[in-house]
Amino acid sequence: MIDLDAEAIYRRFAGRVREQLAGRDVRLVGVRTGGVWLAERLKDALDVKHPVGILDISFYRDDFNRQGLSPTVKPSQIQFDVEGQNLLLVDDVLFTGRTVRAAMNELFDYGRPARIDLAVLIDRGGRELPIEATVVGATLEVPRDVSVVLSRNDAGAFHLTLEQRGA
Amino acid sequence: MPELARHPQLNRNGELHHLLSIEGLPRAILERILATADSFINIAEREVKSVPLLRGRSVFNLFFENSTRTRTTFEIAARRLSADVFNLDITRSSTTKGESLLDTINNLTAMQADMFVVRHASSGAPYLIARHVAPHVHVINAGDGRHSHPTQGLLDMYTIRHYKRDFAQLTVAIVGDILHSRVARSAIHALSILGAPEIRAVGPLTLLPGGLEQMGVRVCTRLDEGIRGADVIIMLRLQNERMRGALLPSAQEYFRNYGLTPEKLKLARPDAIVMHPGPMNRGVEIDSKVADGMQSVILPQVTFGIAVRMAVLALAASSQRAS
Repeated sequence: MIDLDAEAIYRRFAGRVREQLAGRDVRLVGVRTGGVWLAERLKDALDVKHPVGILDISFYRDDFNRQGLSPTVKPSQIQFDVEGQNLLLVDDVLFTGRTVRAAMNELFDYGRPARIDLAVLIDRGGRELPIEATVVGATLEVPRDVSVVLSRNDAGAFHLTLEQRGA
Repeated sequence: MPELARHPQLNRNGELHHLLSIEGLPRAILERILATADSFINIAEREVKSVPLLRGRSVFNLFFENSTRTRTTFEIAARRLSADVFNLDITRSSTTKGESLLDTINNLTAMQADMFVVRHASSGAPYLIARHVAPHVHVINAGDGRHSHPTQGLLDMYTIRHYKRDFAQLTVAIVGDILHSRVARSAIHALSILGAPEIRAVGPLTLLPGGLEQMGVRVCTRLDEGIRGADVIIMLRLQNERMRGALLPSAQEYFRNYGLTPEKLKLARPDAIVMHPGPMNRGVEIDSKVADGMQSVILPQVTFGIAVRMAVLALAASSQRAS
C-alpha cells in the first residue's frame, strides 16, 4: 500500500533531517515551490538560525529549448554567502534528478559550497542522472506518467496527491 | 497569414517571437516581460553574473546607426544569458560597399544566427528583416528611425513600476522633442497599454507631432502646465541637429523655456521621479542639479535596462518551438 499521509511522512522526514544536521552548521536551500515550503517548516522545527535560501531553477533547466521559459519564474533569493558553507538542498519530490542538477548548477554560480546534501520528502525513483538524496522521507513507486504533487493548505499542513499527467 | 500580418511580433500561440514595436502588444505580454525582468535583476550581484539560458545561441548586434550605449547594454544582456554575441558595426562595413540590407541578413543567417538585434536609421527596417528571416530566427528592434524603441519603452515602464508600483493613478509628462522621438512614441504606447490615466506631451509646437490627442495624450506647450502635479517626468534628449534647422531658436532659449531646473521640478509632485533615456545634454534639456538630484532615476534606468533586455531576449528565444 502506498502511504500518502503527507504529515506523517513529513514528521519522519524532519526527524531524519534533524539527525543529519546534528552538531553541524548547515544552511537550508529550498527549490521553489514545494522545497521552499519544506525548508521553511524545517527551519522553524529544527531552529535553524540562517534564513532559508530560495532557488528558482527556471534559468537553469535543461529543457528550455523544448519547453520555453516558465511563466511563473520568480527571483532566486540566497541571502547568505554560499562560499565554503554546508548546504542542505531541500525539494519535495526526487524523480529524474534533472531539477537537482539545475539547482546545484545555480548554487555554484553563487559561490563554491564546502558541501551540498540533498533532502527530499519523496523519492519516486526513475533517475536519469547519477544523483541520490542524503535524506528521504518516503520512497514511492509510481508509473512514469503519474505526478506526485505536494500541496499546502492555509493552516500550513501538507497534502500529497497522485495526478495523471496530461489530464 | 492575415493573422501574422496583424501581429507580426507574436507566434500562433500568442507568444513574443519578435519585438518590433510596443504598439499592438497585448498588456499580458508587457507584464510578462516586466515580471521576467524582476528575476534577472539580482543576477549581477552573484559571483557568476550569468545564467545558462541561451547557451549556444548566437545573437548578432546589427547596428546600422551608431549607439554605443544601447549596443553595450544589449551585449551585456545577451552575455548574461550565456549567448554568443557578435557585434557588427555595419555603418562602416558592407553597406558602404553597396550590399543591400537583405543580402546582409542572408549572409548573417548563413552564419547560423539565432537572433538579430537591429538598430537602423530607417523606420520599419526591423519589420523588413523580420519578414525576411527564417522562422526560427528572432528580431529585436533596438531603435528604428523615428518609429520605435521598444526596449527603451519597456525599461521606462520597469523603472516607473519599480518606483510607483501601479500605473492606474499616474500622471506622466514626456518633455521635449516628441516629434523626432522614438523613445516618446514607445513610452506613450506602453503607458496607455498599461493603463496610465494621464499622459502629457510637453514641448514647443514645432516639436509636437499631430495626432497626439487621438492617442489619448494631453498636449502642453508650456513646461509649467505640463509638469504640474506629475508623478513621472520623462525628459527627452534634444538633438543638436534640430538647432540648425528652423525648429528651434537656440539651446539657451530652449533651456529657458523647457529645461528642467530644480525650481520647475517643484511644480511636480514632491515624490515625482525624473527620467532620461540618455545621453543627456546638461544645460539644454536638464539642469545638472536635477540630473544628479534626489529625484533623478536616470542611472537606475540603465541598470534596469539590462534586466529588461535579458527578459526580452529570453522570452523571444523561448517562443522558438511553439512557432
